[in-house]
Amino acid sequence: MTPTSDEPANPVQNEENTLKAERFPNVKRSEMRAADGTPTFIVPADELLEVLQYLRDEARFTMLEDVTAVDWKKEPRFQLVYNLLSLERASVIRIKVNLPGENPIVSSVTALFPGANWYEREVFDLFGITFTEHPDLRRIEMPDDWQGHPLRKDYPITGPRRPVMPANQFRPVGRSNS
Amino acid sequence: MTINMGPQHPSTHGVLRLVVTLSGESVVKCVPDIGYLHTGIEKTAESKTYNQALTLTDRTDYLNPLINNLGFSLAVERLLGIEKQVPQKAQVTRVILTELQRISSHLVWLGTHAMDLGALSTFLYGMREREIILDIFEKCAGVRMMTSYIMPGGLYADLPSGFDTDVRNFLAIFKKRWPEYHTLLTNSELWFERTKGIGALTAQEAISYGVTGPILRASGVNYDVRKMFPYIGYETYDFEVPLGKTGDVYDRFMVRMLEVPQSIRIIEQALDKLPEGDWMIDDPKIAPPKKWQIATNMESLIHHFKLFTEGYKPPAGEIYSRVESARGELAYYLVSDGSNKPYRMHIRAPSFANLQSMPLMLEGKSNFADIVSAIGSIDIILGEVDR
Repeated sequence: MTPTSDEPANPVQNEENTLKAERFPNVKRSEMRAADGTPTFIVPADELLEVLQYLRDEARFTMLEDVTAVDWKKEPRFQLVYNLLSLERASVIRIKVNLPGENPIVSSVTALFPGANWYEREVFDLFGITFTEHPDLRRIEMPDDWQGHPLRKDYPITGPRRPVMPANQFRPVGRSNS
Repeated sequence: MTINMGPQHPSTHGVLRLVVTLSGESVVKCVPDIGYLHTGIEKTAESKTYNQALTLTDRTDYLNPLINNLGFSLAVERLLGIEKQVPQKAQVTRVILTELQRISSHLVWLGTHAMDLGALSTFLYGMREREIILDIFEKCAGVRMMTSYIMPGGLYADLPSGFDTDVRNFLAIFKKRWPEYHTLLTNSELWFERTKGIGALTAQEAISYGVTGPILRASGVNYDVRKMFPYIGYETYDFEVPLGKTGDVYDRFMVRMLEVPQSIRIIEQALDKLPEGDWMIDDPKIAPPKKWQIATNMESLIHHFKLFTEGYKPPAGEIYSRVESARGELAYYLVSDGSNKPYRMHIRAPSFANLQSMPLMLEGKSNFADIVSAIGSIDIILGEVDR
């Protein structure tokens, strides 16, 4: 199982052919520099389930390690990031899905990977991305009645109730001009 | 009947709330409710330079800050492309410190887990040994817990004099005392009653839920990041990965108990080859200049100022970097847009996935008292779950 190459810090095997172009013509390679060398693919939102099913059942990427998102501030605004791991082949792959800023919706992958449940709830909570057919789509970190989605880039770091001010103009909370 | 367990409850190891539906004594449904310790660390990191964000990582999993530091530092180093230039002394020291951290984390787990189930004395012994480890950390970093000692490029400061002797003394004491821990619980009939056959996960279930670390290995899956994707030279150390069979609470207990001697083995090998030399990368754009350089050299003073006001700028890109924390696979997903702050920092916290599998362990197959047993065996850190 242990990689025997000279560069053990790089957890990458040859996955060039994992997502064959003839099988998924709409899947593109990501152009962003992956410093870990992980093969990264951009998948259209409506083909996500199909691709992940293929990766899980045929390419044996049995463990979904992580689901998260990035807010790019420009269209397509949101990018979902799925990291998958194959325990049998000691190999990793990354799948990305671009979503629009207006009404971002994607299908949930909980049917394939039940462990995605909380990760998708977290993305829903902090980014406001909706997952269809999710069994229990509620906020997970923030209170249920919270307004806004904190990890969006337009959400102020000082919190929703205080105006954004330069660091040298902070005032005590009670006296803010809200 | 529905019972609300927590968020403030001694056996939930932090602020975890469980909504438990019972039928008599047996658990019908168990819904964990998290978020009570959500401090927005991922959001905060986006407004900090890389070296500032390092201090946030201590505060996620507060029982193994050094391994968090390491995970973050490796991610930043790979993003900068400098991981090959980190001095050997720093790498070997990182191995020693993170393995000590693993032992100390396991000692707290063992103590609290046993205490939850009524064996109070284990906790006191565990704290006694952990104290020596924290003293070593204090000598290195100046603080016992929020160390930030391992930083991108190497170590924050040189090792204190006598580090080698301190660690060897600790190992000598600890190796003598470790068998005593086994006499407390390992063959105790009472311990069997509370742990065997409880909260079992099959390998298939564990993998599908993304469970990692000792829980996954207790279910018989051989996945240890140190073996599969070696980092900081783990491929050069000789150690074994203990595996369980049934995946119940007792197997998780045994896996962790067997991991501790392996950590000792790694530390001993690392101590033998701990080289002299520099502890930080030789790059003034990344490594803070040394005190004598600032006092005598104008250029170093400027570098110092630039580094602490502006920081460094990794080229645009992304990295998903894994390390094996005491609780499982800890990964940092960093996105750089070429500026001096991480555009996005996501922490793949092992406890998050591990806790998620809890209903699977309990529902329909256990009694109310087993919940405490299961929580202890997951070894959750809520600071890491909520971030």
